[in-house]
Amino acid sequence: MLLQQLSDARGVSGHELEVRALIAEAVHGLVDEQHTDVLGNLICLRRARRPVQGQALRVMVAAHMDEIGFLATGINKDGTVRFGKVGGIDDRILLSKQVVIGESAVPGVIGYRPIHLLSAKERRSAPDLSHAAIDIGATSKEAAEKLVKLGDQITFRTSFQPLEPGAQRCVKGKALDDRAGCATLVELLGHDYAIDLYAVFTTQEEVGLRGAKVAASAIAPDLAFVLEGTICDDLPKKEDLSHVTELGKGPAITFMDRSFIADRRLVDLLVKTAQAESIPYQFKKAAAGGTDAGAIQLSREGVPAVTVAVPCRNIHAPVSILSLNDLDNTVKLMVAALQRLEGSL
Amino acid sequence: MDLVMHLKQLTMATGLSGYEAGARSVIQQAWQPLADDFRTDALGNLIALKRGTRPAGAATRAVLLAAHMDEIGLMITGYEGAFLRFTRVGGVDLRTILGQEVTVHGRRELAGVVSSRPPHVLSEEERSAPVPADKLFIDVGLTADELPELVQVGDLVSMRRETIELAEGYLSGKAMDDRAGVASLTVCLEELQRLHHEWDVYAVATTQEEVGLKGAMVSAYGTAPTAAIAVDVGFGAQPGVSEEEAIEMDGGPSIAIGPNIHPRLYEALVQVATAHELKYQIEVAPGQTGTDAWAIQVAREGIPSALLSVPLRYMHTSVETLCLRDVQRTGRLMALTISALDEAFVASLTQ
Repeated sequence: MLLQQLSDARGVSGHELEVRALIAEAVHGLVDEQHTDVLGNLICLRRARRPVQGQALRVMVAAHMDEIGFLATGINKDGTVRFGKVGGIDDRILLSKQVVIGESAVPGVIGYRPIHLLSAKERRSAPDLSHAAIDIGATSKEAAEKLVKLGDQITFRTSFQPLEPGAQRCVKGKALDDRAGCATLVELLGHDYAIDLYAVFTTQEEVGLRGAKVAASAIAPDLAFVLEGTICDDLPKKEDLSHVTELGKGPAITFMDRSFIADRRLVDLLVKTAQAESIPYQFKKAAAGGTDAGAIQLSREGVPAVTVAVPCRNIHAPVSILSLNDLDNTVKLMVAALQRLEGSL
Repeated sequence: MDLVMHLKQLTMATGLSGYEAGARSVIQQAWQPLADDFRTDALGNLIALKRGTRPAGAATRAVLLAAHMDEIGLMITGYEGAFLRFTRVGGVDLRTILGQEVTVHGRRELAGVVSSRPPHVLSEEERSAPVPADKLFIDVGLTADELPELVQVGDLVSMRRETIELAEGYLSGKAMDDRAGVASLTVCLEELQRLHHEWDVYAVATTQEEVGLKGAMVSAYGTAPTAAIAVDVGFGAQPGVSEEEAIEMDGGPSIAIGPNIHPRLYEALVQVATAHELKYQIEVAPGQTGTDAWAIQVAREGIPSALLSVPLRYMHTSVETLCLRDVQRTGRLMALTISALDEAFVASLTQ
């Protein structure tokens, strides 16, 4: 399964090589042109396969390849490795985790003080990770330097796996934000449209929507869709708080997030398509998080844009969960919506 | 024996306190060729006997080696929608299990995750405090309707963690506390295949240490040994733990001294380590050692006890890390000490 390969592949922002190679192979034969730009974006074009009157619309569909993680920022005298966060990570999830460092995949762990040695006050406080470092077993700086280079990418050591088969067909793995979007986008390339479809696998989304910005500038699309794995915060809550999205309720259409306000015509297109095709959908119910759409919208003279996302529990953590039903329905919705496009909005 | 493979099998087996069967079968299989007789007692302790070669007419002497096979974990206490509530079995620091993968031992083994909320939706205030216990849930990806068919209140939850090799002979995984001790007993039994020893040896993988030293208490009674050595893990030096609080990694087992320890047995261990140039360190335990040795010492009419600790980093997390050489040294030290036990030693115990 492509999603499994994508989830297990390692690629923090700026280190998308492995993910890109997988996708380049997966789209082979489905696209008319493909190239990698200077920021590492993989830009693919699938020309209109259905009759078009006049000029085909240039439609950009983007999904980001990069994942949150760390870079090795230093090596301590005791052989442990210091790290800097790439993207938004809650410190509290770092305790007691396995990670993998650099090209040769050196394993390491982030430990914590034994509970026995903690004062009552420490136990009630958030862990202090100001001096946290990764233990790779090396006991000196010299030994560690043979295994780890400064700037090496560090990812969580997590493997993709289907969970107990149930109605929601859940899977777990790392980096489902946004390998779920990448897998969806590859699927879209297997269908025929009356548009020129620019499928863009972007870089550096997690550090500020960097890849999408330059890709959109190069492509100059007429409109854009962004495919994401998004916040699904549907744990039981006592307070009347938003779940943002809920697992199993279908693709989440974003009308607004922290980075942009979606083009209403595209939101309407998605909603009408979902209703006509009886595809379950939901709205993203909080203006939280940002997506490539925020950068694409402001490209050149402006681009109408919208985001469609697969709900993922525990995003930006070592292991996330999504429902394959949601993923399948996202593919269905996007194929149907793109097939409705021709001529103009 | 391949010690890495052995420790991987031991640590990846499941055996929460009171439910040690999974670990016990792995241990019995490993010890089968190394001991003469096996039994499992009423509290689930695995008791292996390796007989000594006693001179004709000599009194029966036995040494008890104890390492606990139970591990800390979680237990299901209820459902809330599509999510599971849980409590702790043993001393789990709840702050270390956010985003932890687990196995829920329901009608089937279910992979699951201790949920974490994305940073995007958390306030600064929420991020600077531990997640309250009532906001922690296990997610196995099933719906509220499906859950009760597969998971019941009381089902056990173990940490799901592959044991991995780090650099320089270090190994990291869950339940090193105290499968490391069990592995040192395996090393000892192997060494004893080659060494002459007059005393019988009871190698015991004890139960329910993490919830109050219970298995050790009854197995010490059951085996009624002349002397006993408990092996547990000790706080190894690590980032964030000062030297005063810790023993040195790769420094050999720490030999404890204090009221829990019989001075003659302590001296015997130190003497053997010195004579054989085995690395060791001394750990002063001024009171309760919190180990099986504490329960064994006061079993029956009193049992002279000693405590060896394998240095371990990040105790009670799922990334407990040790140095393989320390496990080997611990096993060898016990074997060589056992081989030297004689009647003069017995006489010295009450002098």
